[in-house]
Amino acid sequence: MQKSLHIDANKCTGCLQCEMACSYENYGVFNIAKSRIKIFSFEHEGRKVPYTCTQCAEAWCLFACPVDAIRIDTATGAKVVHESTCVGCKVCTIACPFGTVNYVADTGKVQKCDLCGGDPACAAACPTGAITYVDADWTGLDKMRAWAGKTDSAAAAA
Amino acid sequence: MAWTRKILRVDLTNGTCKTEPLNMEWAQQYLGQRGLATKYFVSEVDPKVDPLAAENKLIMTTGPLTGTPVSTGGRYSVVTKGALTGAIACSNSGGYFGAELKFAGWDMIIFEGKSPTPVYLSVENDKAELKDAGHLWGKSTWQTEETIKKTHQDPQIRVCSIGSAGENGVLYACIINDLHRAAGRSGVGTVMGAKNLKAVAVRGTNGVASIKDPKAFMAASTAAKKVLADNAVTGQGLPAYGTQVLMNVINEMGALPTRNHRDVQFEDARKISAEAMVEKRPTDGKSHLVTNNACFGCTIACGRISKIDETHFSVVNKPEYWGASGGLEYEAAWALGAANGVGDLEALQYANLLCNEAGFDPITFGATVGAAMELYELGILTKEQIGLEAPFGSAKAVCELAEMTARGVGFGKELGLGSARLCEKYGRPELSMGVKKQEFPAYDSRGIQGMGLAYATSNRGACHLRGYTVASEVLGIPVKTDPLVTEGKADLVKAFQDATSVFDSAGVCVFTTFAWTLADLQPQLDAACEGNWTMEKLAEVGERIYNMERLFNNAAGFTAKDDDLPPRLKTEAAKTGPAKGLVSGIDKMRPEYYKVRGWDEQGVPTKETLGRLGL
Repeated sequence: MQKSLHIDANKCTGCLQCEMACSYENYGVFNIAKSRIKIFSFEHEGRKVPYTCTQCAEAWCLFACPVDAIRIDTATGAKVVHESTCVGCKVCTIACPFGTVNYVADTGKVQKCDLCGGDPACAAACPTGAITYVDADWTGLDKMRAWAGKTDSAAAAA
Repeated sequence: MAWTRKILRVDLTNGTCKTEPLNMEWAQQYLGQRGLATKYFVSEVDPKVDPLAAENKLIMTTGPLTGTPVSTGGRYSVVTKGALTGAIACSNSGGYFGAELKFAGWDMIIFEGKSPTPVYLSVENDKAELKDAGHLWGKSTWQTEETIKKTHQDPQIRVCSIGSAGENGVLYACIINDLHRAAGRSGVGTVMGAKNLKAVAVRGTNGVASIKDPKAFMAASTAAKKVLADNAVTGQGLPAYGTQVLMNVINEMGALPTRNHRDVQFEDARKISAEAMVEKRPTDGKSHLVTNNACFGCTIACGRISKIDETHFSVVNKPEYWGASGGLEYEAAWALGAANGVGDLEALQYANLLCNEAGFDPITFGATVGAAMELYELGILTKEQIGLEAPFGSAKAVCELAEMTARGVGFGKELGLGSARLCEKYGRPELSMGVKKQEFPAYDSRGIQGMGLAYATSNRGACHLRGYTVASEVLGIPVKTDPLVTEGKADLVKAFQDATSVFDSAGVCVFTTFAWTLADLQPQLDAACEGNWTMEKLAEVGERIYNMERLFNNAAGFTAKDDDLPPRLKTEAAKTGPAKGLVSGIDKMRPEYYKVRGWDEQGVPTKETLGRLGL
């Protein structure tokens, strides 16, 4: 079964545990500057939103790459940057409509979410369930359940 | 290691920034943050120094766990000699600023001297420089943060700054970071203002790489997070209701100081409580509370983000206050509300917003208004002197007095001195409700006896965050004690004070102690920090820090006489509630406490005590 990161912004408190977990998983350091998931705070609305790559089915970053450095991990469906091939041309960062592929000056390569090979550290670290890793075909299941729970069964039966 | 092993020393007089290695021997004795920065401070500053003189220093400091995934590991502290108190000051703040400072590679920044003109410090990893702040002076903390981010074209910069209060010499000015987190008490922002230092802007991209045993560390921090999640207070009460969960509880206890401590229960407590914050307002059908909010790394998320009622008299035609913003937390709701007999939630939030925007402590401000209201009701202060009618219960007065204090105009100038100086000036010093010139927070010493001793012996003046015996006396954490008796409180207060010193020195939030004891913190510290951090070592470090602070205060001129409560709490019995008929037993507890501490009858640590602690 293919799984997908699922984000419920209403549950995000802005603690950044996901950002620390991401950098630790990928670089062995606690450094939110290296995180591939970012929390955005919309202060005047009181909203926090976790944001990262959605792993597009037709991934523009992948098609834009002139050296085929971005490839599909068939196990997870993640679009993965192969650093040894990446030349740091940044065309993928332009192609991505969502800004979730970014250049890393330190390495001269780009980075993006690779779903941690199927066990995303951000989801494991999230204390509120704002980030979960669920059946890719059923990311709407929680919302459906919530609305289903509001159904007036007596009225529905009538 | 967990420490970055680097200190930034900023000479404001000469405009220079220098890097120094951290004294690792001291790190083993004082851990970090509160303890370690205070060690630097007392080693470098004359205890008799005028807090506002160039010779006073100001240290911004992180702990070894700051910037790590340990829950609440985002704290930083500001250590200086307090402008309000003249005692050692250490004000702790959350938000994101502390972690960013750590990520930039610094254990602490020591500011010394005084800049000839307004400046701000810009730190980008190991690059630090003072920049002209002429264009920022006069701007609010909110505008300052926004302007700095725009100027540097970097929205990821974290900023701490002072507002008009710190510039104008309000003696209880805060340093505000991330819009609504504050190094709040004792006037640390006043000292920053006196140094012509407007703000510190930090961007750090180095992260924390120097954990002693990362595997053990991840296991320990994950286990400790589970303890927080499984605890009723940190797992449910605080995230859902914030610290405001206490308003009704403490009122029921008969320990909610009301109208300048004339009463111990507030008839309108419910109207300003956590429960009221989630109710739908009749005016617009929305609740006051928008969401809860976490500081860096915090898995509790007690912070409150609210939206004020746009139709409320305080903000009509002021759309700049209509957005979501921080508050109300329990202490601010109490100080601006119950302490003045004001039960108007929206008015309290407006005053709270002004405190954040202009950078002043809502506890001391609210309590000072309470003292002014009592002077007004006694006929000592008149409507003409204050500029408006100011009886207890006037929401309008609280709002307008907050505006005057923020702008530094009219009677706001007098309120900006705090209640001790205000009451002294008008011949009624006994009406100032505080210790060492710092006002009490939201727990009455008659209804919670241990807090009276904790206030009297707090090294930074009256404060709930130096020894929060409420945890034991009210909530039964870690064991339930009777709040109405003095027996056993000397031991209890010492234990809380010493343990808190460790938590404050580690880089974590003291609210973890609703669920954690030192035994939960110890494995996390030991896995992160070089050295063998046993329970015994941590207990000794806590006691050493407390005694070090005490020695500074004694040298600054404080004596046993200053470890006392105002006469009202010792002579006027609680009128209602479970503590009815009781006064504070401080005079009985104080000598017991000195004995437990190993101090002589004058409150001076004995030679044996100092020797035992290596001081």
